[in-house]
Amino acid sequence: MRTLLATLLATTVLAFTAQAADVYPIDRATILAGSPFDFKVELKGAVKAEDIKVTVNGEDYKAALGSEASYVAMEKGKEDKELGSALLLRNAVIGAPGSYKVEVTAGEQTKTVTWDVFATAEQPKAKNVIFLLGDGLSVAHRTAARIMSKGMTEGKANGRLNMDDLERMAFIGTSATNSIDTDSANTMSAYMTGHKTVINAVGVYGDRTPDSLDDPRVETIAEALRRQTQKSIGLVTTSEIEDATPAAVVSHTRNRNDKAEIVGMIYDVKPEVILGGGSAYFLGKETPGSKRKDNQDYIKLFQDAGYALATDKTELAAAPADGKLLGLFHTGNMDVTLDREFLKKGTAEKFPGQPGLVEMTKTALDRLSKNENGFFLMVEGASIDKMSHPLDMERAVVETIEFDQAIGVAREFAKNNPDTLIVVTGDHTHGVSLLGIIDDTVEGKEGRDKVKTGSSAGFPNYTDENKDGFPDKIDASRRLAMFVSNFPDYYETFSPKLDGPFEPAVKNEKDEYVANEAYKDMPGAVLRVGILPKDESTGQHTVDDVVLQSEGPGSEGFRGYMEQSDVYRVLVDALALGVKQTN
Amino acid sequence: MPIATPISISRRALFGLIAGASVAAKGRMALADASLTFDELYGKVSVLGLEFSQKVKSLAGQEVRMRGFMAPPLKAEAAFFVLTEIPMALCPFCSSDSDWPDNIVVVYLGEKQTFVPPGQTIEVRGMLEVGSWTDPETGFVSLLRLRSSQFYTV
Repeated sequence: MRTLLATLLATTVLAFTAQAADVYPIDRATILAGSPFDFKVELKGAVKAEDIKVTVNGEDYKAALGSEASYVAMEKGKEDKELGSALLLRNAVIGAPGSYKVEVTAGEQTKTVTWDVFATAEQPKAKNVIFLLGDGLSVAHRTAARIMSKGMTEGKANGRLNMDDLERMAFIGTSATNSIDTDSANTMSAYMTGHKTVINAVGVYGDRTPDSLDDPRVETIAEALRRQTQKSIGLVTTSEIEDATPAAVVSHTRNRNDKAEIVGMIYDVKPEVILGGGSAYFLGKETPGSKRKDNQDYIKLFQDAGYALATDKTELAAAPADGKLLGLFHTGNMDVTLDREFLKKGTAEKFPGQPGLVEMTKTALDRLSKNENGFFLMVEGASIDKMSHPLDMERAVVETIEFDQAIGVAREFAKNNPDTLIVVTGDHTHGVSLLGIIDDTVEGKEGRDKVKTGSSAGFPNYTDENKDGFPDKIDASRRLAMFVSNFPDYYETFSPKLDGPFEPAVKNEKDEYVANEAYKDMPGAVLRVGILPKDESTGQHTVDDVVLQSEGPGSEGFRGYMEQSDVYRVLVDALALGVKQTN
Repeated sequence: MPIATPISISRRALFGLIAGASVAAKGRMALADASLTFDELYGKVSVLGLEFSQKVKSLAGQEVRMRGFMAPPLKAEAAFFVLTEIPMALCPFCSSDSDWPDNIVVVYLGEKQTFVPPGQTIEVRGMLEVGSWTDPETGFVSLLRLRSSQFYTV
């Protein structure tokens, strides 16, 4: 009987849930007053237009949202599956801050959501914002970067990273609206719009229709800057410029892989400085190397729009000092620092003129700071993540050191321009952890014999004779032991990958990822049987909080625990994006 | 397009004995095919596009042999597979051609063959087709293809 009751109860709850409509923006959404957003109601099954009632704070919604939504009799899914009726209002605007209770009734279906529409300060606190995003930046990356770059004696660091001295910090929760996990798209989108969304989405809520470009949009910070200010915008990354993180500053899609379309959206916003990789999506498909499926030549379109073009560091240095700049230095993701500057592996020989993140950040600041109205610059150290996925911890840590040096450039700028807010954060973590030392001087048949922990670990022996902040030798004989919490099957070699980035697992004919045999015979290699499903090729993002750090005017808004969507509120408050700025 | 007669064991062994690569590089073998390596595909690689090498241009439309690794087909029913220079793990969140390296060759098989493990070196023979082509079934865009191909493990 108890079981029956429980079953009945469960069934009832499920049935009730199935009857609830979906409303976008979702419950507890935070919306910048005056910013346009798409309002959508998704109903289950066919509902006549006259049977749908929507109120905002008890009044008919049209007054509050500024216009009437269009009615869709039946939305279609894959293979013409009927999804239900819908209401859609593009570019709704709520001007007055406050709490807005939205109630939807459609036959048996009801849904109530409450939005927090917020205002900003009347006067900007900061003229400039430099937002530095270390993709995948986790606590172990920074600890390892500090030890590898600065050294440690008797338990005290021999030097400090630039990020070590930022004044304020907060712990950031990064979960998506559809999962406790997250990805770079969802988190950066939350940072740049104030709305959490689903994994893989930027600048939109994920709706139920298959089209990835029709989802309900929210305003990005770039659009808000264009709407309210005369500030310049800069995008700098070591990945493809159309990759999720830079994309989230300017674009709207349910699917971050819509890279060809994202290039078009970057073009629509026209940030004054664009520096990164990913030229393949700028070339028409007839050009060998293109990854577009159409013949749009975005290199030419940007040039026609007044952009100077740089394709290597020589051209970057020679670019006209004024005007807009498009710097594309690789067809895909740029090579990581270890390959680009030191080992000459990866594709470093094919693209020998790639600048680093420090150089790109300096160039961007030089140019953007010429705008007397100020600027917003996004700088991404993209490959901390791109090297953590394949468990290539040495490359990930060297990327962290480079990212920290870019932070140094930003802090130097802020020292001379104190009206600059600096934010340094990650977008999700990796399960990376620092364990101790791998000691090559220890004789052992297996690599694990060289792993030293506790008092037998001691300290590593990296050197930095030329004081460039990078270790002279990544394969120091006593080096950091870094492992991850989750992985596919792979061969652990207990040593840095000097021949190019690690490829831990490869796909077999059964569509499963298996340990890459190329590493099997390396000295000391042992097979680690994965803990991930066999359709996962690399280590996955983890759910741990991200550490955000900040300094400058407005940074007092960061404290304690915050959702990644709350970060946007601090940014727009510092810039007073709730008000039109005439200067 | 006649399908090449499967190479007999003895002929493959012969190739090995006479150090195939150097002989084939001269391009003067009286055989119906020439060898092509991944390093030889492009003459120029730049941000603004790649240029096919002279060798690729001159071999267009002819039978060639290439060695590499088989990446599994994107879809089970796909009529092609991707030949890569090194065994590859594809980027975890990519379901399209978007994150493949530049130097891949798409292989269309003349007749169905069983797929092989990813770490296994294979040699493919097929007719080299040069230029952008969008696979009508999958939308996969490729620059270089081997048509009417067959492969062997080596």
